[in-house]
This record gives sequence, structure tokens and C-alpha cells, in this order.
Amino acid sequence: MLLIACPYCGKRPEIEFTHGGQAHLARPPKPGDLDDQQWTDFLYMRTNLKGIYAERWRHARGCGRFFNALRDTTTDHFLATYETGAPRPLPAGSPEDAP
Amino acid sequence: MSLRVPTGGRIDRQRPLRFTFDGAAYSGFAGDTLASALLANGVHLVGRSFKYHRPRGILTAGSEEPNALVAVSRDGARYTPNLRATQVELYDGLCATSQNRWPSLRRDLGRVNDWLSRFFPAGFYYKTFMWPRRAWKSLYEPVIRRAAGLGEAPSMPDPDRYAQRYAHCDVLIVGAGPTGIAAALAAADAGARVILCDEQPEFGGSLLGDGAARIDGAAALDWVRTALDALAQNPRVTLLARTTAFGYFPHNFLGLNERLTDHEASPEPGRPRERLWQVRARAVVLATGAIERPLVFPGNDRPGILLAGAAQTYLNRYGVRVGNRVVIVTAADAAYQAALDLQAAGVVVAAIADVRERPAGMLPEAARSAGIEIIPSATVLGTTGDLRVSRITLGRVLQGRLQAQRGVDCDAVLMSGGLTPSVHLFSQSRGRLEWSDALQAFVPGQSAENERSAGGCRGVYGLAEALADGAAAGAAAAPEPSPAVRRFTVAAPPRANDSHLGALPAGDSNPKDKAFVDWQHDVTAKDLALATREGFQSIEHVKRYTTTGMATDQGKTSNLNAMAIVAQKLEVPIPRVGHTTFRMPYTPVTFGSFAGISRGDLFDPVRTTPTHEWAAARGAVFENVGLWKRARYFPRAGEDMHAAVARECRAVRGACGIFDASTLGKIEVVGADSAEFMNRLYINNWTNLGPGRSRYGILCRDDGFIYDDGVVARLAADRFHVTTTTGGAPRVLAMMEDYRQTEWPELQVWLTSTTEQWSVIAVQGPRARVVLEALVEGIDISGSALPHMSVGRGSICGVPMMLFRVSFTGELGFEVNVPADHGAAVWEAIHAAGREHGMVEYGTETMHVLRAEKGYIIVGQDTDGTVTPEDAGLGWAIGKTKDDFVGKRSLARPSMQAANRKQLVGLRTRSAGQVLEEGAQVAEKPGQRPPMALIGHVTSSYASGTLGHSIALALVAGGRSRMGQTLYVPMPDGDLEVEVTSPVFYDPTGARIHG
Repeated sequence: MLLIACPYCGKRPEIEFTHGGQAHLARPPKPGDLDDQQWTDFLYMRTNLKGIYAERWRHARGCGRFFNALRDTTTDHFLATYETGAPRPLPAGSPEDAP
Repeated sequence: MSLRVPTGGRIDRQRPLRFTFDGAAYSGFAGDTLASALLANGVHLVGRSFKYHRPRGILTAGSEEPNALVAVSRDGARYTPNLRATQVELYDGLCATSQNRWPSLRRDLGRVNDWLSRFFPAGFYYKTFMWPRRAWKSLYEPVIRRAAGLGEAPSMPDPDRYAQRYAHCDVLIVGAGPTGIAAALAAADAGARVILCDEQPEFGGSLLGDGAARIDGAAALDWVRTALDALAQNPRVTLLARTTAFGYFPHNFLGLNERLTDHEASPEPGRPRERLWQVRARAVVLATGAIERPLVFPGNDRPGILLAGAAQTYLNRYGVRVGNRVVIVTAADAAYQAALDLQAAGVVVAAIADVRERPAGMLPEAARSAGIEIIPSATVLGTTGDLRVSRITLGRVLQGRLQAQRGVDCDAVLMSGGLTPSVHLFSQSRGRLEWSDALQAFVPGQSAENERSAGGCRGVYGLAEALADGAAAGAAAAPEPSPAVRRFTVAAPPRANDSHLGALPAGDSNPKDKAFVDWQHDVTAKDLALATREGFQSIEHVKRYTTTGMATDQGKTSNLNAMAIVAQKLEVPIPRVGHTTFRMPYTPVTFGSFAGISRGDLFDPVRTTPTHEWAAARGAVFENVGLWKRARYFPRAGEDMHAAVARECRAVRGACGIFDASTLGKIEVVGADSAEFMNRLYINNWTNLGPGRSRYGILCRDDGFIYDDGVVARLAADRFHVTTTTGGAPRVLAMMEDYRQTEWPELQVWLTSTTEQWSVIAVQGPRARVVLEALVEGIDISGSALPHMSVGRGSICGVPMMLFRVSFTGELGFEVNVPADHGAAVWEAIHAAGREHGMVEYGTETMHVLRAEKGYIIVGQDTDGTVTPEDAGLGWAIGKTKDDFVGKRSLARPSMQAANRKQLVGLRTRSAGQVLEEGAQVAEKPGQRPPMALIGHVTSSYASGTLGHSIALALVAGGRSRMGQTLYVPMPDGDLEVEVTSPVFYDPTGARIHG
């Protein structure tokens, strides 16, 4: 069971959380302006990478807050957790980003 | 004749214990395992092999045992199959039976498989039994399942209790052999909170079976006792014996299975049988030791052939000679110590066949001086003896030629192929294994967690080296530095830890008998060779094809030999073949341990409504809806469900009914931007909904498909009372929170679940108003003052109330919302007031019929995640003037507007009494045979007493353009003719709802 550091509550066991999929995907402000392909990409296309992945979690059985996390998908180790809306602490493609 | 030596060992000769094996009575001593007690009675034959039903004996003295699987039963319900006899502690009255044999262990008809074995090569499942296809289910599979396999499952519910607990520590040490004990001492010296666990009843590990060494000037086992006394007195140290660390999960989370009562003759009633520990450790030290490897030679599986280290353990720990005249086949020095120990105990060591060219050093010299014949460059050509080995054929391979072939009579053969480090837990933790040429084994490389492997499990075999390694690991794992790391003085003879991998050389000979690699799954060297000939190259594929290493022992004794044989056949180095993935559990864990208290009434939480007791007292039949118990119908004397539902429906349509709708999800959406939030989320327009009014709302996901529905009331300009489906409440709130927190954090809006706060009492039917008029205070509930889809606030029976004018039946309807604590009292008051008006209580089944008569959908029954509002005939609900809402962009995709999408329609059967099966398929043409063209399916179907015929809702391709068409519902005994109708069967103009 993973140990996840909620930015608001601290480290808690995984059973208190729900996973929320890929992070940093803002819903387009005007979906009507997107063509079908762009909308499909927003709706369905997700990266499934081996390495450091920015993903959303919700402390559903705790404070209820959504937050973002960087997790290495090869080891399940968290590099960081941070508040929704905050920039990704370790930008994708940076040297530390190698799996 | 007893094979027990007169003195020595860890058994208590003052405490004899009786036990039975396959009905025969034997005796042993306290401290024995079932295996050691059987061996003391001269019993080697304990089981039949998985596939060939070959007679099998005890191979090992530990948890790696592949052969000696037995069932132990205390009574009819307390029956545990597939236990390793080498781990079963003896108690007085223990009753054990062998497995996988018929009619008896000594005469097993399944043995025919062995003689027919050329018809059962590796992968025979995939090659045979392919034709005719139908025979697989009815003929082949049942026969194969009966013939193969391990023990039988118990047939009665498990009466025992199982406990679970969480624990945290600084250092968790797995394995309490010399390495683990040294690690625990060092970590405790540094003040760490330590858990030390070991699967065995007694700590000491290898020292229990090979205690000749001296540590710090004391006999090894005396040193162990002193160390354990010190640890036991330290309040920061927890010692867990009989506790298997079976799984290593991410972030240093380990599962431990502690066995509390299985070793007791009469466990105290009510005491848990096992305890599951879920340990989160700051650091982990793995001191899991190493396992001796068997040698692969023809006929290496007869009873009486076992590992040399096991024979030594049986002698030194249990005081049992495994035979009177033994031959030793070895590739390492350790077996020489076994030979010397056995000889000292009066066992004749007929010969030591050493596969090495020049066995030398202190131990081989000692054996030579003791007069034991040593055959270098030796190999084994075969063995004889059906139920017990009686003779072994040895030879020497020199320059590829077999020489000096000769038979040696014996009653036991002891083999040693060297040691395999136990890297299972390390591998489970996702640590990277590395091949060591020096050790000829995979050893832990880079750790993935805060983990250290120490001692035998990383190939540090010598006692002095293992103690030092353990102490260093324990000190390094402690969060605070240690004042001084302990040192140990050790006196033990040096030994060469050589090893042999793969099959023994046969030279130019061509042995007939099988040479087993995986004892438990009956995989031979030949099977592995066949797999490589058939093109399998990856060890993972070879594993699945031959099933090597896939049995319950997970190849503890077999994996490395299997890899070596595959590597040799493929002519690549072993690291190129790689290794298979180690999976949890290390040894099998009972289901009871995982289930803990989550069984029976405690399996899942149960949610009940305020009227539950009332309904139960009335004899209501309940159904599970999510975690809720809901009254399904209220049968009266002599009524079945059909009759009760018909009566309840009649009452609602003719007079009135009362229904507990408290399970509906309720969410308060509050704040200055609550209308904007609702506009963005729900498909409907909320701007033009005034306070005191309500509207049927539909929630889609952004893919445009219906996610949930429910009536939404605007209580004030900044306050919405949103109801959801019973099962959908948590996920709707989660979705709302997601958008509120992550997409639109700028909106001033707050969400609160109020599902449990309100009791909702639906009063439905033409007389509903008359009933409520007498009770309601502070609200004019006349049709003009409180029209359909409006909300009033007042009180009822002195309790504050929100009164919704709403209908899920098509009749004049109200929903009385009162604080949940008052729900039962208000319900009873309304029920009493309604009696003179013909009111009856009704359940969910009647609710379903009534709503289906009106064509009202149930999300999740009439929709399935691929249904748009338009498909469900609810396009009218969409707020057409809104620029955006969740799902809008998807609904604009061309495919979402295609004319042939499945649309909700009604179906009427040609014969009025025929009720279609929900889930039945709908076809356009009659008389088709599979595979047939299908255009839809039935989603809801009921007998309607009101209408006098059955009704069904269905999703049918282009359904709304098929009104009046005849379609067909194919069933096993023929097509049922149906006519496509509007989904609204009853009161199509909706006049009744306005009462």
C-alpha cells in the first residue's frame, strides 16, 4: 500500500485516497471552439509513460481535497505532491525526469 | 524400529505425542514437526506427485518443501489442505492425511500417468484435448481436474476467528537466523523500534540444525538464547515467531502472517487462529537465508531421497536419523558436515559421490579420515526402489565418458547442489537482482526501498561473515547511529560453498528415468529441453509452458536449476535467460487471514433507512441497493411477490401509497455562484428556475453520456437541493467536487452531502393530498398553491419539513422531507392518517413497475454509459441556450446524432401475459440462428396489472422511427413477437400528475 503525502494532511495510507488520472489537463474554456479531433484528444488521449508521471489524487476519505503528485511509475515512489493549480515542481523533460 | 537417537536435539523426550497419518497411529515428541515425527517412524512416503502420481517423500526440512503436502483436520470444518509437513508442528491427537492419491497412498491408480508419460509431455494441455471442442467442458476438464491437483478445499464454513493489526517500526527484520538476530541486536543497540519475525516456531535459523559452531565462546544455540533474552527484555523490540513475511509491497509495507493456535492440541475457544500484521517499516532488513538446491539426476524423486542439509537438520534438531545406510551426492562441502554428523549418530555413510573433480579442504579431509569413501567427478545414473529408494547407481564422468558404473545399496540418498539465496521478498519489493558468477546465483542488487539484504540471502554464507553482515545492516537501518557496531567471534570449520547448476552429466549414457527439476509440478529436465526445442526462449514463456516454478512452492528448490537447463540448451549464459518474477505470497496464506473480521454480518457496512424496523416488523422483503437495505414489497398473508406488487400498484393508482425514498442521494449546492455551477454541470438550464421550484435534472459526463439524474429544487437564489440516484450519490458528489476544486475554483460554491440528514417519505396517488392536508402545517398544498414541481417549507407533526410536489409514479405525488431522526414517527403518522383513505405501503418493486408504466428511466438500468439524453428521449431537458455544459461538446459530434443510435422505446408482447426477460436481445428479423443480427435489448420488463398486459422498455437502434413495427426477441424456445410503442404506457398526456 502506497504512502501518500496529502499536501493538507500529511502522509496517509493509500486506502484514504482515490486516483484521479493524469494531471495538468485543463478543460478547454470553450469546448465549442474545438474540432472533433481536438475534443477527442482532450477527452480520451492520455499519456501512459514509464517514468515520472504527474497525476491527480483526491484525499477522498480525509480532507476531500484534490491535489497533484509526481510518481515514478517504475518504482511507485512519489517525488512530490502539490496543490491543484500549482506548477509541476519538476518540469517534464528535466534531467531528474529520466526514469 | 525407531530411528530416533537417544539424546540431543530440540525435542522434549518427556512429552510424547500421539498422531495419525492416513489413519495409522504413530507417536512423536513435543518439538517435532509432522515430517520429523514421520521420519522417526521410518515413514518417507507421504504423497503422490501432481501429474504422474509418483510416490514422493519428504525432500526438505523447511517451508521450501515441494512434496510433503498434507491435509490436517481438527474436525469437519477445521480442515486445512496443502500444508507442508515440514512446517506442521506436532500436537497430541494431530490427524493428517496424504493428498492426490486414489484409492490409497501405497496403491494409487493415477500412477498409470507415469507409465503413459510420453503422452503427457510439457504443454500437453495445449496439444491434446483439442477435439471435439465440446468435449473439453464435459469430458476432458473434469477428468483432468480430478486426476491432477493438490488438496481438496474444506467443505464447511471456517469457524475460526482471524485477527488483523497494523504496526509501525523503525526496522523490520525478516528472518531470525544468526544474521537476523545480529541485525536485531545492532538495531536495538541504536535504540530503534524493531520487529523481528521468523516463520519457524523457534528462532535460530540454520543454527538449529547445524549447531557445532561456537559464537563468542559459547555454543551457538546458547549464544542464540542469550541474544533472544536480551531482545525480549527490550520494550522497543517485538519478536514474532511462527510469522511469515509473505509479501513486500511498495513503500516498505509488508504483510506478515502469524499463526497463533495451529500448533496447539486444544486451542482456547475464541482465540484468533491467525493474525495478519500489516507493517509499515522505516527500514527493512531481509535476513531470509538460503535454500539448499537439489541435484537433477534420473530417479531423483524417490522417497528416501532428500536434501543433505535437511537430513542434518532432522538429526541435530529433531534427533531423527533419516535412514541407516545413506549415500551422499554433493557439489558442496556442507554435505560433508552432514555425513560426519550422521556417521557420529550411527548411520552408515556408504559413499559420498562428489560431482567436483577434487574435493579438498578441512571437511572432505575429515570425511576421508573418518573412513568414508569419496568418489570425485561423480554422477548418478539412476535409482531403484518404488516406495522407498533401495539402491543408487553411481558413475564417474571423465572426458565426457561414463566410467566405473556401480550400484550402491542404501535406504536414503542425501543430495546437495549448493545454496540458492532466498531473494523472493527482495524481488517482490522490485529490487533489481544481479547474477553473481562467483556464487552461481542471483543476488540482490540495487534496492528499490529503504531495504538491506544481509547474510545468506545475499550469498554471505559463512557464519562469521553472516553475523557481521547482519550487525552492519541492522546498525545502518536504525534511524540513529549506533554507539559501536557489535563484533562476534566465531569458531567454525571453513567450507567451500561450491555448487552445481542444472542436470548432472550423463556422459555418453542414456538414462531412462525422469530427472525432476520441479518436484511439485512434476517438471523434468526433459520437459525444459523440449520447450526450448519447440522455440520457447524467454524464461517467462518456458515457465508458463512447462509450469515450472508455478506451483504453491513457487519453485523455491527448482527455479535456478530450471534456468540453468534452459540456458544450457539455448547455449547462452544464465543471466541472458533471466529470471522469472517472484510473486507474493512467499508461502500460501489462508483466506481467513486476509478476510479477518470482514465476513458474515461484518462483510460490508449495512445502511438502513429510518423506517427499516417498521418495515421489517411488517414482514417486508428487502433487497440490497448498494449498501442500502430497501423494502422491495410488503407481502400480506398468502401473497407472493407478483400478487403483493399488483395489490400495491392498484392502491397507488386507485387511492394512495406510501414509500420510503430516503436512500435518494442528496447534495446541497450553496453559494453565490451555485446557479452558475449547476448550469455548467447539468444539461438543464437553471437560471430560469425560481426559488421554490424544482426540475428534473440530468448529469452527463464530458463524453455526453448520462451519468446520473434526479430532481433538483431551488430552495433559495443561492441554494440548490440536488437529488441523485441511490447508488450514484458518492460518485456524483466526487464529480461535483472535482469540477469545483480543479476546473472552476473561482466559483463561490460549496457542496454538502445531506443524504443521511433527510428522511424522504413519498406519498403518491390520487388521494395523497387528502391524506397530507390533515397533517401538514404552514403550507397551502392545494394544486394552485403548490403545483407539480414545486417545494414548500412548513412542518408536519410538529417537525420542520420540506415538502416536494414531485412524482415518480405518474400520480399526484408529494415527498415529505423531515430530519432523519423524525422519519419513523412522521412515517407512522402519515400511515395512520392514510388508512381511512386506502393508503398502503409499497416497496421498490412496485415503484419500478409504476415508473416503467410511465416510461421514467432508471439510470444504470435503462442506461448503460452509452446513452445520451437524446437517446433516452430526454433531449427536451437540455438547456438549448447554454454555451456550454459538461457533455455538450460531445453531444455535437456527428455520431452522437446518428439516426440509427439505440433509442429508448416501449415494447408490447403479442401475448399480453408474456413478460420479457430483462437483458433479452431484440432482432429485426425472425427465425435467425446464431450469430444473428441484433438491434437492441430489453432494459426493463414487468407485468402491469393496471394495464392488463406486460410492458417493457428497450434500447433499439433507430427505435423512435420504428413505432408500430413488429420486432422479435429471440429466446431458446423461439422468437417472441413484440410491437414497438412509446415508452409511456400509462396516462400519456400526464393529466393525473396534476391531480
